[in-house]
Amino acid sequence: MNDNLRDLITDALKGHDAQYIELRVDENESTHIRYRGRELEEVNRTTSGGGCVRALAGGGWGFVSFNSLENLKEKVKAALRNARLVGGEPVTLAPVAPVVIKVHREVKKDPSKISLQDKKALLDQYVEEIWSVPGISSSSVGYGDAYRKRVFASSEGSYIEQEKLDVILRLNAIAREGSEVQQAGVSLGSAGDFSEMEGLHQQAKQVAQRAVELLKAPQVKGGEYTVVLEPVLAGVFIHEAFGHLSEADHVYEDERMKEIMVLGKRFGGKHLNVVDGAAVPGLRGSYAYDDEGVPSTRSYLIKEGVLVGRLHSRETAAKMGEPPTGNARAIGPQFPPIVRMTNTYIEGGDATAEEIIADVKDGLYVGNWYGGMTSMEQFTFSAGEASVIRNGRIEELRRPVLLTGNLFTTLESLDAVANDLSMNQGGGCGKGGQSPLPVSNGSPHIRIQRCLIGGS
Amino acid sequence: MAAADLRLDEVLDKATKVAQQAEVFHLSGWNEPVMFEANRLKILERRDSSGIALRLIKDGRIGFSSTTHWNGADTLVENALETVPFGPEAMMEFSDRREFTPVPVYDPAVEAHPLEGMMRLGQALIDGVRSGESELLCDASISRDVSTITLLNSRGGYARYTKSVFSAYIGGTLIKGTDMLFLGEGKTSCQPITDPSSLVDAVLTQLEYGRDIASPASGEMAVVFTPRGVSGALLAPLMAGFNGKSVLQGSSPLVEKLGERLLDKRFSLWDDPSLAMIPGSRMCDDEGVPAERMPLIDKGVISNFLYDLQTAGQAGTKSTGNSHRGLNSLPSPGVSVSLVSEGDTSFEEMISDIKDGIVVERLLGAGQSNILGGDFNANVLLGYRIEKGRITGRLKNTVINGNVYTVLKNFQALGNDATWMGGSLKTPSIYCTNVSVATRD
Repeated sequence: MNDNLRDLITDALKGHDAQYIELRVDENESTHIRYRGRELEEVNRTTSGGGCVRALAGGGWGFVSFNSLENLKEKVKAALRNARLVGGEPVTLAPVAPVVIKVHREVKKDPSKISLQDKKALLDQYVEEIWSVPGISSSSVGYGDAYRKRVFASSEGSYIEQEKLDVILRLNAIAREGSEVQQAGVSLGSAGDFSEMEGLHQQAKQVAQRAVELLKAPQVKGGEYTVVLEPVLAGVFIHEAFGHLSEADHVYEDERMKEIMVLGKRFGGKHLNVVDGAAVPGLRGSYAYDDEGVPSTRSYLIKEGVLVGRLHSRETAAKMGEPPTGNARAIGPQFPPIVRMTNTYIEGGDATAEEIIADVKDGLYVGNWYGGMTSMEQFTFSAGEASVIRNGRIEELRRPVLLTGNLFTTLESLDAVANDLSMNQGGGCGKGGQSPLPVSNGSPHIRIQRCLIGGS
Repeated sequence: MAAADLRLDEVLDKATKVAQQAEVFHLSGWNEPVMFEANRLKILERRDSSGIALRLIKDGRIGFSSTTHWNGADTLVENALETVPFGPEAMMEFSDRREFTPVPVYDPAVEAHPLEGMMRLGQALIDGVRSGESELLCDASISRDVSTITLLNSRGGYARYTKSVFSAYIGGTLIKGTDMLFLGEGKTSCQPITDPSSLVDAVLTQLEYGRDIASPASGEMAVVFTPRGVSGALLAPLMAGFNGKSVLQGSSPLVEKLGERLLDKRFSLWDDPSLAMIPGSRMCDDEGVPAERMPLIDKGVISNFLYDLQTAGQAGTKSTGNSHRGLNSLPSPGVSVSLVSEGDTSFEEMISDIKDGIVVERLLGAGQSNILGGDFNANVLLGYRIEKGRITGRLKNTVINGNVYTVLKNFQALGNDATWMGGSLKTPSIYCTNVSVATRD
């Protein structure tokens, strides 16, 4: 992308009768490598790109997306036509200062500078580690890296060019005995640093051992348990059990939700502090400007157990009279930006992990994850593994479990936070058909009383 | 189309010069969603997209590249060539078919339908469900989609077809204190949807059953999965075992079970992509192999697995025409249109037969567990309590847990109410026994 593109975009945005117009253009290059069993199943190199226009006029939004950058001005007009068809009450956008800037990404070990040969050699080693464990019947290993350059320009005079790098790795091992199939896996990610994908041989082996052990493990009986969550799963928990609720687009047009989510309301104990922010550097959800050109921030959502903030786009911030937080994100040019999380985590407390486990007479220690979902009232998250806690000690292994709870009451039952904060970079978030969006989440070990678990 | 066709020929020509076999896959289309939020029209969108993928076979290995960014045929060919030394060993050759039995999946009325009609339908859905409860806060989306797939390869194989898809969704939330009732219904067709009444009626029924909160349910009990419940809870863990790749790699519970009766003999399941005007239908798969009706489970007996060309080659069998692909990755096998056998029991008869049980309609978190092993495990987002043969209200804080192979081996009844769920599944309600249910008071 060059100055020629800048001229084209600037020119396309001129001379329209609109309240606001933004234009984005993406260029992506990605590599994917996938193994199934010991076989390399797929290697591909993909280039993609395109652009979009979002326009606000007469109280309505219009949006068009496209692959070809020809006739940009016509595309702006088409978005405006759509906006006028929508119509409605006037929409206000929280003011932001126009910015003209280029943001480069520097990483320690850039995956685009590493040959396919070297990437494959590393993955081959992980596959062999998995298969060195007796009892493995299959495995899948997936690696992906992506480089993206995104231009954002607005009718308010912003022109922002940002680079982004992303790397993911998933190691999965499957064990089968007759018609019993069990699996274990681990997902890792990084904001573009290939070195974080190196040296995972031990983890690969452990994943395989775990899959085999699960074949012999009994199921947990469904019901309520005291649970201690290891940091990676606790990160998924806070993303599902609270993060989505703090996205203002679920609240700003809903009078009932506004009452429920009033700032100052107590959600948990004084030991609970929850943060989201793309301005936290070096993580998969980090960036300088969001997809409305708003600078990223780092915001407390919960401070000492009390709701103190939420995540905004320019529209939701203006409507609720709160400052914009830079959380409007789009997964690609096919979509308009919506309110999303970035890097979401529970801050560390005082206790050690051992201490919060030691207090549990009869409970479950749960870790790793398959995923999570939320409905704005209920949430679920699935642990990849569970073990019995008996008299303060982690004992036998159980099959994976689904944990569920209520967004408004479960945080009250979160009664202990350890001091070992760790970030989970292996996840992606889905919302409004836009998935997977790179995010990170994290937490120290936490303990929840009376958590409902699905089981036999 | 003409300019794009020239590009496809050019890519194939250039690729064939450097590889033994080549295949070009082109996807182009547009879609137009009309989105309503908080009871009103919010945004009109239009997306145009197209892209090309190239697959090569050279020196016995498969190479691949794709782009949505036309930088000339050379870049695409070079990128694919670069992956060849690392690619999987080719166990296939491309299909030489050029003629197919037509399967109608395109209705020009979708394209001709006025945008205003879509806006009116959305508003009618919202007004219709709010007539039953004015405090419902509704979202709706009405969307149309037209896409064309073109496939050509160096063995002379060629296929092109266009599909139109029209879909409508209405969702509503009723909040009382911190209690939330989530309602929702959707419909997908190859033809325009103009009548809001069936969707409105379905949501109003959910509202009627779910308005009050029932007493908690716990233990092993009878569960009626509605067609939406079957779609959410049972289908993914059941289908996971039929993927030819999982069978080949030994990760499917169905390995070496072909021909064995594993499920109740009343239970049959077909893949049928030949049904006219069904969004999941197609005349051929994404590698140009004819797509035909095939039993997967025949009267409880495991009868066929799903294969694409490469997986079939590895397994020493033939492609079943079940190749599916996006633009950015190699094809892989999957089901196209699932049809579950119908029974003769009505939904009302199932309810009246149950002393103590639940109805499962919508789930939260399903599919995020060991589905490969057939497990289902989820929170019941919308479900009802059955007591003494009657629906007595909505479940709260409830989870279900089970395994499809166990549940479908010994179930009570199949419904006579087979319904399309989206564009690729038609199933009746299924009345099961001994499903584990747990509730937090």
